[in-house]
Amino acid sequence: MDGILYAIAIMALGGVVLGALLGYASTRFKVEGDPLVDKIDSILPQTQCGQCGFPGCRPYAEAIAKDEADINQCPPGGDENIHKLAELLGKEYKPLSEEHGIEKPKQVAIIDEKVCIGCTLCIQACPVDAIIGAAKQMHTIAEDLCTGCELCIPPCPVECIHMVTVVDTPDTWKWQKPGTASRVIPIIPVMATIQSEHA
Amino acid sequence: MPANPAIPLTDQLCDVIVSSETPNTLTQSPYLVQPVSVTRIMLKVLLALLPGIAIYTWLFGPGILVQLLLATTTAVIAEAVFLRLRNRPLQPALSDLSAVVTAWLIALSFPPLGPWWLIVLGSAFAIIVAKHLYGGLGQNPFNPAMVAYALCIVSFPAIMSQWPHPLSAGGLSPTDQITAIFLPERIDAWAGATPLDHLKTTLRLATGNDNLTVQNILRDHTIYGVGGGNGWEWVTLAWLIGGLWLVQQKVITWHIPMALIAGMGSIALGFWIVDPLHYANPLFHILGGATLLGAFFIATDPVSGATTPRGKLIFAAAIGVLAYLIRVFGAFPDGIAFAVLILNMCVPLIDMYTQPPIFGEKSRGSNA
Amino acid sequence: MKLFSFKGGIKPDPNKTQSTVLPIAQAPLTSRYIVPLHQSVGGTPRPTVQVGERVLKGQRIGEADGWISAAVHAPTSGTVVEIGPHIIPHPSGLATDCVVIEADGRDAWIERTPFDLDQAEPDAVRDYLRDMGIVGLGGAVFPSHVKLSVPRGKQVEQLIINGAECEPFITCDDRLMREQATEVVQGSLLFGRLLNAGKVLIGIEDNKPEAIAALKEAQQQLEAPLEIVTVPTIYPTGGAKELIRVLTGKEVPGSRRSTDFGVQVFNVATVQSAWRAITYGEPLISRIVTISGAVGEARNWSVPIGMPINVLVKLAQPRTDMDGVIMGGPMMGFRIPATAAPVIKATNSLIVHAPGLFPPKPAELPCIRCGSCAQACPQELQPFELYWWSRSAKFEKLENYKLFDCIECGCCDFVCPSHIPLVNYFRFAKSEILAEQREQQIADAARERHEFRQERAEREKREKAERLAKANAARKAEGKDLSAAALSPSPKTAPANDPDAAPDISSHPDQASTPISMDNHPVLDATAKQAAILAATERARLKREKHAGKSRDTTH
Repeated sequence: MDGILYAIAIMALGGVVLGALLGYASTRFKVEGDPLVDKIDSILPQTQCGQCGFPGCRPYAEAIAKDEADINQCPPGGDENIHKLAELLGKEYKPLSEEHGIEKPKQVAIIDEKVCIGCTLCIQACPVDAIIGAAKQMHTIAEDLCTGCELCIPPCPVECIHMVTVVDTPDTWKWQKPGTASRVIPIIPVMATIQSEHA
Repeated sequence: MPANPAIPLTDQLCDVIVSSETPNTLTQSPYLVQPVSVTRIMLKVLLALLPGIAIYTWLFGPGILVQLLLATTTAVIAEAVFLRLRNRPLQPALSDLSAVVTAWLIALSFPPLGPWWLIVLGSAFAIIVAKHLYGGLGQNPFNPAMVAYALCIVSFPAIMSQWPHPLSAGGLSPTDQITAIFLPERIDAWAGATPLDHLKTTLRLATGNDNLTVQNILRDHTIYGVGGGNGWEWVTLAWLIGGLWLVQQKVITWHIPMALIAGMGSIALGFWIVDPLHYANPLFHILGGATLLGAFFIATDPVSGATTPRGKLIFAAAIGVLAYLIRVFGAFPDGIAFAVLILNMCVPLIDMYTQPPIFGEKSRGSNA
Repeated sequence: MKLFSFKGGIKPDPNKTQSTVLPIAQAPLTSRYIVPLHQSVGGTPRPTVQVGERVLKGQRIGEADGWISAAVHAPTSGTVVEIGPHIIPHPSGLATDCVVIEADGRDAWIERTPFDLDQAEPDAVRDYLRDMGIVGLGGAVFPSHVKLSVPRGKQVEQLIINGAECEPFITCDDRLMREQATEVVQGSLLFGRLLNAGKVLIGIEDNKPEAIAALKEAQQQLEAPLEIVTVPTIYPTGGAKELIRVLTGKEVPGSRRSTDFGVQVFNVATVQSAWRAITYGEPLISRIVTISGAVGEARNWSVPIGMPINVLVKLAQPRTDMDGVIMGGPMMGFRIPATAAPVIKATNSLIVHAPGLFPPKPAELPCIRCGSCAQACPQELQPFELYWWSRSAKFEKLENYKLFDCIECGCCDFVCPSHIPLVNYFRFAKSEILAEQREQQIADAARERHEFRQERAEREKREKAERLAKANAARKAEGKDLSAAALSPSPKTAPANDPDAAPDISSHPDQASTPISMDNHPVLDATAKQAAILAATERARLKREKHAGKSRDTTH
């Protein structure tokens, strides 16, 4: 009989100690915010374009975390992002959903400054404050801040904004993986360049 | 163009044409390569095996040559068939000689007068299962030759343990030897065991008999000779010579052979000091069985072995210790094969934890 | 002097004798020079000339942009005919902005004034060298003035002048040391003085006995307090970190600067050009280029920066079956995408390639983990592990194996029995990782800006609501004032601070309709704005139509 009481006492004591420990740990090591949302958000490209159907990348990340949205709704992130999200969430990869758009090479918006009337509508539309200008003043886009979300295009009353694809420079250019693609270095015929330069 | 007569019109000479076809060798540097190749490495390994094979032939008769031929043919055919099945080009994979090295190691670790189907089965299994099913050359986590050995000794323990008495080749003439290989049921007079196996069996039978100490057994049986076995010490010596030549040729480094011998030697020494009556001396273990063949030719397989210097030491020392334990306390005549396979499994872990410090990471020289 | 050694390294066939027989020749004038603005590590210089402008030899045509950047200059006198993209010698084959100068044939210098070192502040010297376009001529083209500024609290114990020149085929430093030994020694002393270095060491590989003799003679004549050290010929001794190790025994990790260890390294050609800049006022407008390989006359040329490579190569009588030109050496160089590209400050060597120049590279076999690459790696990396993870694009793993400590010297490729293009894999992995980091930075910046914007929008909304509440409260108070004639003014402010004031407004229909300007203003404004926009749209349409007639490419 004593044995049983002892056992109960020890178990109860253990329960109390462990419970206290867990309780302490939960307050001591409390994680602020939702780490999963942060992780998803850090994978998303932050274009804030809304093509996924949510008002920005973070809301989409929250929706994915709550399982309210699929992982294949982000055209700017493309295939690579879907793979990363699939890996993070342990989900099956699926191709980009076409109703949300298609994957495009990185673009930036350019304002045709001759046409701009300074209406500020695009400034209000830009999710990352990449457009500089004031009312009745010409606007311009800070290219390195532009995410290429295209949100400034519909509001422009004079259609003076268009998208240009970002081209590689020697600094941003990437080496190709050996053996995979046909690594053809563009060879410019010598005479052709000289003639075109002289033309 | 406002040409100035003062300037030599070198521009007009600039029809130096770069052809638009990019030669593949020119795409990226470096453009210089040393004349080394996998084929050359494998060829050197084969060459280093030749002295041992010569002595083997002298000891056990020409049967071993038949086994080498059988193993090589099977391995090369299996390699070709599987390259084709995997839709890989036959060349240069077929001429890299890696299959031949595997085949030779199998032939040298199998009983020299074993039936033909045993060596064919072993070689085919090594190439097909242990090599190609894992992705071919460079992808196999286990030493193919040892996988074949393990398979056969588990499946056919009796046949795998039958070794003819050296020097007399079990008293069989060359024709008898070949008959023994191809028509094993006609000949069965030669059955014997390796010295290691013999010692273990004798000791096991001797439980309770105080006269049967290791010294007495070694003294009373002609099979033992001076070192690892009568006649066997010459084979062992030949492996050592071939192996040292490989080290000198920089095909292998000293780490694995040294550590393996040291590992086996030290554990054998330990047991021998504690109980010299029931445990053979370290020299017997180092010279006996497949220790030196394993140290220089089997454990040094780079694909399935450890690669960092410290990793190699740990890997090989562990093989030595484990092989000793298996051959002394286990059920099998020798332990090299199982020790190698078990350590093959540990290689990723060993390599991960033995990454050497890189340039600038260690406190060498007068670093601040 | 006690020398140290580094692990690994290889001994390829040097192939240097072909181009060291003849002295350095001056490349003749040509009619067009293409001077890329971006020739050094760091910021791209801004053009300081305009199309049509006449320039003199040595005139600055691009000024340094930022601290890590160096100016570029006109290599000869003539007219700027174009500022625009041209193909540069870069593995990408991409074009960058270049200043194209049509030579006038006079080759007339600007006024050159020597720099008075004794009167100048240290900062002024550095600014001067930046404006003279002095960059590392060993191939890395890092602006020299940056390397001349030592972090606070650090002392340069040893200044190493790199004359090792370990890569096969390249002999430009060798010939320079033989022919301009005095200038090299004086340049070394100059940098020793600028850095206040404890010791100046010139390290040269032992396969250049003539250069060593010439330098020793110059040193004796000048009674120069420096040491000329002969080091064994092992590739890549010329790598800065390897040479530091050999001469001082210090090992500088990839992530640290050599000045942290009290050492700084410059190339011999760099100190010579810097000395000329200070002594004669000559900016860096030419350099010595080795031309060898499949040519009739292998030798070194003194070449103006901007000279088209095809013009230069033609001078060396290339073989008729040539099929490419490699810039740099056979270990670390690259095939230039078009021979019309110009010679730049980084062009130390041009190897004319024709079939048979290099041994054919056998087919690639699987890695057998033989570890030869690890034994050859001077950085003591595990190239076969790096290869494994690069090939499978598991870039995060490469961090553990220190990918970015790889100096791409090519020793691993050289010894690989499976002939795997290891360095190609490392270049690929590095550029992928860097691109990913860049993208991450851009994404982080965008996230931050977006969050800031949302916060601001929220704040504006809140403030607007507060303003409304305040106005409302004021009106209320006025009403009360009217009814209850005399009361203290304090209630005027009290409701404004009340957070409940905002929902109050919307819940009271009578207040919402009060004809006070605050509420109605935006409505009026919006109508006016709409009209303005309509008018503007019309104007813009007209403008655009007019525009489209003139130039088609500006709008579409």
